[in-house]
Amino acid sequence: MLAFAIRRLIQAIGVMLVVAMISFVMFRFVGDPVSQLVGNDTPPAERAQLRKELGLDDPIYVQFARFVDKAAHFDFGISYQIKQPVSTLIAQRLPATLELSIVSAILALVVGMPMGVYTGLYPHSWLSRLFLAISLAGISLPTFLIGILLIFIFSVNFGMLPSFGRGDVVSLGGYWTTGLLTRTGLQSIILPSITLGLFQMTLIMRLVRGEMLEVLRTDYIKFARARGLSRRAINFGHALKNTLVPVITITGLQLGSIIAFSIITETVFQWPGMGLLFLQAVQNVDIPIMAAYLLLIAFLFTLINFIVDLLYVAVDPRIRIGGAKA
Amino acid sequence: MSELTEMVETPADVPPGLARRVIDSDLFYSFRRSPLTMVAALVTVILVLAALLAPWIAPHDPFDPAKISIMDSLYPPVWSDGGQSGFLLGTDNQGRDVFSTILYGMRISLAVGFASVVLALFIGVTLGLIAGYVGGAVDSIIMRVADVQLTFPAILTALIIDGVARGIAGPRAYEDIVFWVLVLSIGLSFWVQYARTVRGSVLVEANKEYVLAARLIGLRPATIMFRHVLPNVLGPVLVIATINLALAIITEATLSFLGVGIPPTQPSLGTLIRIGDDFLFSGEWWITIFPGATLALLALAVNLLGDWLRDALNPKLR
Repeated sequence: MLAFAIRRLIQAIGVMLVVAMISFVMFRFVGDPVSQLVGNDTPPAERAQLRKELGLDDPIYVQFARFVDKAAHFDFGISYQIKQPVSTLIAQRLPATLELSIVSAILALVVGMPMGVYTGLYPHSWLSRLFLAISLAGISLPTFLIGILLIFIFSVNFGMLPSFGRGDVVSLGGYWTTGLLTRTGLQSIILPSITLGLFQMTLIMRLVRGEMLEVLRTDYIKFARARGLSRRAINFGHALKNTLVPVITITGLQLGSIIAFSIITETVFQWPGMGLLFLQAVQNVDIPIMAAYLLLIAFLFTLINFIVDLLYVAVDPRIRIGGAKA
Repeated sequence: MSELTEMVETPADVPPGLARRVIDSDLFYSFRRSPLTMVAALVTVILVLAALLAPWIAPHDPFDPAKISIMDSLYPPVWSDGGQSGFLLGTDNQGRDVFSTILYGMRISLAVGFASVVLALFIGVTLGLIAGYVGGAVDSIIMRVADVQLTFPAILTALIIDGVARGIAGPRAYEDIVFWVLVLSIGLSFWVQYARTVRGSVLVEANKEYVLAARLIGLRPATIMFRHVLPNVLGPVLVIATINLALAIITEATLSFLGVGIPPTQPSLGTLIRIGDDFLFSGEWWITIFPGATLALLALAVNLLGDWLRDALNPKLR
């Protein structure tokens, strides 16, 4: 187990170094960092001075080492566009994105799992067919289109729910802002979280359905029936429990995608999170923000992958005995 | 799978009676058995034809400033109050006929989709062949790169490439090359799947007798890879390509919607939806809903075709 964890850790660090290298190359070679910081009328001598101060004349590997060192302390310099430290900007936006992502993930799980269990238990009922048709739409329709449709129906036609922003937010201890404690904040999160969670919901539903169909055919379910256990005990105690391992894994892995896909949802609903910040950075070629976002997402992904890998081994004894060699 | 390779071959190599063989094939049989697939195929063909023939079908030329009039702007569709008979699905804020812009927009969406799938196919298949056939350190490097890229969602990769291209080209030149930037960014986001599939199949094929025979008679590795191994691993690649086409179209639309794709002067479906989104609240719903419905229909139809192809070519499900 320990050897496995260490091997995975080394792999994760390797991935992070590669991504750091990509970030660094973007940072250093796309546009000139100096000309972003000074005006057009700055004399060449002053530019050279600045260049020296920023360490841009040092050998490339020294610059890369410095970049990694700074990134590890979460120092990504000043945004070209907004002229504020990138770390401050991201720290301001992080709560909004994380809140939206977590609410979406919970929504996907809470709605997707029962739908999956139901369609697995009664594959031929009309309700199951309806669920499957919805899930096909969830997979085929682009996220932004779902968002627009929801806005069109619930904000424009019925005027029930707000279509942009976070509503009123409350500050918690100066570091975190939350919209989950106010009425308008709760109303505001409904449409974005449905938009963001729909794809994951359909994914979870299809996964649970497939696993349920498979498990229900196995011998131990037959024996449980023969022993005269109640349907509920069989379906939930025996069958569902055994489908949970892959469901937990996929949901965990999807958390990273949810955070990345929030770029789209945040744009549709003008949600003031990291994704919107990143998109504006792409439009304005604000490289420090792009590099920082890339590294942050890569870090979240690698961390989640790492934890899920370890959980997997911890939860499923077969992997532990069969040799966690991968 | 053999039926498929027969269909892909150039007509010159095919013995007479091609039509007969297509009709008798398993693929065609499973096609005829699935009404949903037939509808999907019909919808796809109609949409692609409509896009290709846009200059002849479209009632108006939405890109000729001499022919559009701002006086015609924001007409609702024909069947609602205030609709004008010349404009079937209404007009947008510049007086452009929505039906015509959809036809032209679909052209660009499909062009970006096809081109980026071809690019991804080319990169992925080549790297997959090399990784599988050469093996060793080359294989490890290619597959590690694939692993790293696979940890990121395609949309993020595409956005980063787009941003970098914007930074290198500068805003003025960017407008001119935006089509190719999109193709590049979407193509580079999707190559991994092809590389992995091809590599897997090549590892199986490389030990078969025909490959040994080809090596024995002294053919160059490149010849063996592309002329002998490649045709035998194409089946699954084609399935991925079909499903990826839908994904590529959606990704292009998403990028254009986010404002980093095709500019409003020559709009794609995604750009049209973006333009219309600004008018949703003032009640002009048709500017965004019709292009949106077209995009959804196109993606759904291509997806259904891909699903069918995957099941039909999968020997396990027969």
